[in-house]
Amino acid sequence: MSKAKYAALPYLVWMVVFTIIPMLLILVFAFTTPDGGFTIKNISDVGKYTDVIMKSIWLAAIATAVCLLLGYPLAYILSRQSARSQQIGLMLIMLPMWMSFLLRTFAWMTLLEKTGVINRVLGMIGLGPFELINTSGAVVLGMVYNYLPFMILPLHSIMVKIDHSVIEAAQDLGAGSMKVFSKVVLPLSMPGISSGITMVFVPAVSTFIISKMLGGGSNLMIGDLIDMQFLGNAYNPHLGSAISLVLMVIVLLCMSVMNQFDDSEEMEGMLI
Amino acid sequence: MKRKKLLCALAACLLALIPFNAFAAGEDGEYDMAYYGQFAGQNASINVFNWGEYISDGSDGALDVNKAFEELTGIKVNYSTFATNEELYSKLKGGGAQYDVIIPSDYMIARMIAEDMLEELDFESIPAFENIDEQYRNPEYDPENRYSVPYTWGTVGIIYNIGTVEEPVDSWSILWDEQYRGDILMFSNSRDAFGLTQKLLGYSLNTEDHDELRAACEKLKDQKPLVQAYVMDEIFDKMLSGEAAIAPYYAGDYLIMAEDNEDLRFSIPKEGTNLFVDAVCIPKGAAHKAAAELYINFLCEPRVAADNIEYIGYSTPNKAAFELLDEEVQNDPVCYPPPEVLENTEPFLALSPETSLLLDSLWTEVLSTDKGYNKWIMPVFVVVAVGFSIGINLARRYRKKKDSPY
Repeated sequence: MSKAKYAALPYLVWMVVFTIIPMLLILVFAFTTPDGGFTIKNISDVGKYTDVIMKSIWLAAIATAVCLLLGYPLAYILSRQSARSQQIGLMLIMLPMWMSFLLRTFAWMTLLEKTGVINRVLGMIGLGPFELINTSGAVVLGMVYNYLPFMILPLHSIMVKIDHSVIEAAQDLGAGSMKVFSKVVLPLSMPGISSGITMVFVPAVSTFIISKMLGGGSNLMIGDLIDMQFLGNAYNPHLGSAISLVLMVIVLLCMSVMNQFDDSEEMEGMLI
Repeated sequence: MKRKKLLCALAACLLALIPFNAFAAGEDGEYDMAYYGQFAGQNASINVFNWGEYISDGSDGALDVNKAFEELTGIKVNYSTFATNEELYSKLKGGGAQYDVIIPSDYMIARMIAEDMLEELDFESIPAFENIDEQYRNPEYDPENRYSVPYTWGTVGIIYNIGTVEEPVDSWSILWDEQYRGDILMFSNSRDAFGLTQKLLGYSLNTEDHDELRAACEKLKDQKPLVQAYVMDEIFDKMLSGEAAIAPYYAGDYLIMAEDNEDLRFSIPKEGTNLFVDAVCIPKGAAHKAAAELYINFLCEPRVAADNIEYIGYSTPNKAAFELLDEEVQNDPVCYPPPEVLENTEPFLALSPETSLLLDSLWTEVLSTDKGYNKWIMPVFVVVAVGFSIGINLARRYRKKKDSPY
């Protein structure tokens, strides 16, 4: 065994103690009763919360789609700039992330409220007040705002690798801009799209504080549901673990579906 | 049941810069040093776990309770805070943390007693317990008064803004009034939300009758379209700025809000309400029980308790401390309601585990009731996704086979 392998040991220990053992604990909790007996009731109880789970997936999917639509053109344009402008652009994208996540979401509260900044400005020109906060739209907005950098960064890092001569070659061979995009840029940026979608969708589907702050507490998501099991009135870590387990399975499935797309597209790219 | 005073926090930060020397209560002559001095020089320490913003901490020139205790006894106080009773419970249940003094609310104390999580107090070494008003001894949550010493109490009522609500408020039913659609805030914790609904419907706060709970759940669902948001801490901002006009909340917190917005009023509905008591306890297995009892005794000292309650804004169960308060505060009907109002109150008691579970699932139902998805959607989704993955893999393998001759 080479000595270099030992360098990985600290992380390995870390992972076993803080990732693998807790995951096993979730598994154990999900399948036991408070007295320690085996049960699958917790898992079947999760079915009662289908509404909440579907809503989380739906809102997270919308947020991911919006992030992709906003992030893709920006990442492409940025990747065609000079190295210096790229650096500045990336820094501007990262800038909001230097602030606390909570603070950023709190700021949206003061913007969206009935007596908030947006409604007051609109009121001055005789519009409104509109019901902006405490809606599912506000939750999606919060997710897009907070997770957009996670979409742009992987997209950008893949797109800078697309050599401009490839695009020029396509143009030389008579491809229009639509064709260049669909035959060259899109297939080559596919890995970035899939990792961007994963990076946005996974945290979005399990978020809990955004829905509490911007959704008015009535747009419950899976994260809130899990939070309620551990810090709520009933203290039911068994059901909480079961919901977490279901959430993990959902995320895993979504990721595996994404990966399939990714690979098959690469195959096509290779075939072309 | 103490919540963060967001606005006060800023003021507190500024005022903390001013050196405070108002340490009247720290003069040694006032206390029995044979008693308080027993741990001096032994390098002892205790871990105190309390609600956020729930002790006089020396800001605003007020008494710094922990510091005064440290100087008096030489026992170091490691102070940390929690936000809900349930958080405290899960921390203790998890077993990871060691605390010597905790301050849960009534129903949580009853539950902890039932689950053998509290240490019996040695009242011989808490002589200042005699200051506690008879009325608050032997409470329902601790019938023989063996585990707890009352710290504060208060009521839940309706806070409203007279700018929007012109009629007199005397019933919980105003929270269901169509007229105030979008101006109503509601508790985001299940026990309080269900509690006031149960009162409105004429049920007990501690009902174990599942039909009554279901009826309350339906009532809360009816209310949902009118509710602007389900909140706890955020209530301060929303009521102060006029974002919302009506909210049920704790009396002590109303007093803090009223300082900043004079349009706010408080009313205890005629259907009755919840009277809560937060009390000091020692959790099972506490490492420094004797020192913790010294701390509890210190909290019961009249001067300390009076300064403390003045800062917190809640009501004190300490008779000797009450007598030290300003007459204005003593006669405040919000802080110390007249006896006929107090008679019409009920404390929260511990619910049976089944009822607790039902309450939580009903509450989730209230919060998530919008669309009825079929419960088979999830299993179908899983099957389809797995099928899709396998399908693509098979297709790819097939294609690879086709490609391999090249």
